[in-house]
Amino acid sequence: MSDAATLFGLCAAALVGLGVYALIVHPQPLRKILAFNVVGNGVFVLFGAVAHRGAALGWGGDPVPQALLITGLVVAFCASALAVALLLRLFDETGSATVASDPPEEPDADAGTG
Amino acid sequence: MIEAFNGALALLILALALWTVAARDSFAAAVGFVAYGMLLTLVWVQLQGLDVALIEGAIGGGLTGAMLIAAASRLRPTQAALRAERPGLPTRLAAALVAAGVTAALAAAVLALPDPAPTLARETADNLAATGVGNPITGVLLAFRALDTLLEAIVVLFALIGVWSLAPDRAWGGRPGRLERADPDGILAFLARVLPPIGIVVGVYIFWIGADLPGGKFQGASILAAMWLLARMAGLVDAPPLSSSAVRFALIAGPLVFIAIGAAGVWSAGAFLAYPDGLAKPLIKTIEWALLPSLALTLALILAGAPERPAR
Repeated sequence: MSDAATLFGLCAAALVGLGVYALIVHPQPLRKILAFNVVGNGVFVLFGAVAHRGAALGWGGDPVPQALLITGLVVAFCASALAVALLLRLFDETGSATVASDPPEEPDADAGTG
Repeated sequence: MIEAFNGALALLILALALWTVAARDSFAAAVGFVAYGMLLTLVWVQLQGLDVALIEGAIGGGLTGAMLIAAASRLRPTQAALRAERPGLPTRLAAALVAAGVTAALAAAVLALPDPAPTLARETADNLAATGVGNPITGVLLAFRALDTLLEAIVVLFALIGVWSLAPDRAWGGRPGRLERADPDGILAFLARVLPPIGIVVGVYIFWIGADLPGGKFQGASILAAMWLLARMAGLVDAPPLSSSAVRFALIAGPLVFIAIGAAGVWSAGAFLAYPDGLAKPLIKTIEWALLPSLALTLALILAGAPERPAR
């Protein structure tokens, strides 16, 4: 039973590492959002593996962390959605989607935010 | 046999995560992410978290994936210029070192987890009878940790307000996203007519059985939101104008019912979000029924994005 928890726990550790690497290396914000989600998935799977180790009384896992995971997944979706909306707005305003301090082409005028 | 399956699953997930991280094309990376999210649902099944598996499939892989694919296709013109910004070898080496360090620390923590594992399953089981629900996760979400769930419903609403606040002035209160057009005789329009009746039944069923079996309002609401997204992508329905009071009322109705029942607990049971004896299950069901349509609408409108077209 805890074989699966250890295996997927180690898998989750590797996912977090992959995500952290991509988060640093990729210049494109969309790829950073994807990487952020990979880190998040890793954290969630790790948490799920810990929940599975707490299995008792015929339940497959400790229900308290499993319920927190449901909350966490929904909140992670909301954070990603907000990030994507910010990115699309940046693209609409400037025609570019970079977080570099010196964007490739400057917009010629303030496009009227307010 | 099951060990071999688990091992293959872990390898496949790592390979897909690597693809998501390393693919040159953002669109391909987002598609890889959806496949990876779907495989993660199998991990949740193997970890005996069926409720989490349902939410991972509906939100983690499904809605997040659809959103990222849509964003990737819209940002495609910027990709070539951004690729040139790729950092040099020293940065990448340093990043690899940091990532390897994080992974090593987490792996060491996994291998050093205490045995026997601490668990709250016994406390949950002892008190579950008082709530009247059979699914321990629903019991935790709506009785023992109801405050978390209330705040979560409000966080979802805040995310929507955040998305709306990115609207340009001329489109404030207008309709979100672009008007989708699809071939009315094409396969997308066909599926958008055939699938929603089935999907709505599945979504409501998953919601309905959530009191006693894996399922619940978040899973059901995500499926309902996905069905609406499908019909919208096929151009069969348009998003409502966001200045509509009916829309705004529907968004806050669920959290308001939750807060009202929570506040009623102050005088009927002595604490905010406490339920009086014997009334726990009907109150929990009332909260779930009120939250389902609000959550489905909120998730659907978050996916639709910021208003871009004036309400006319």
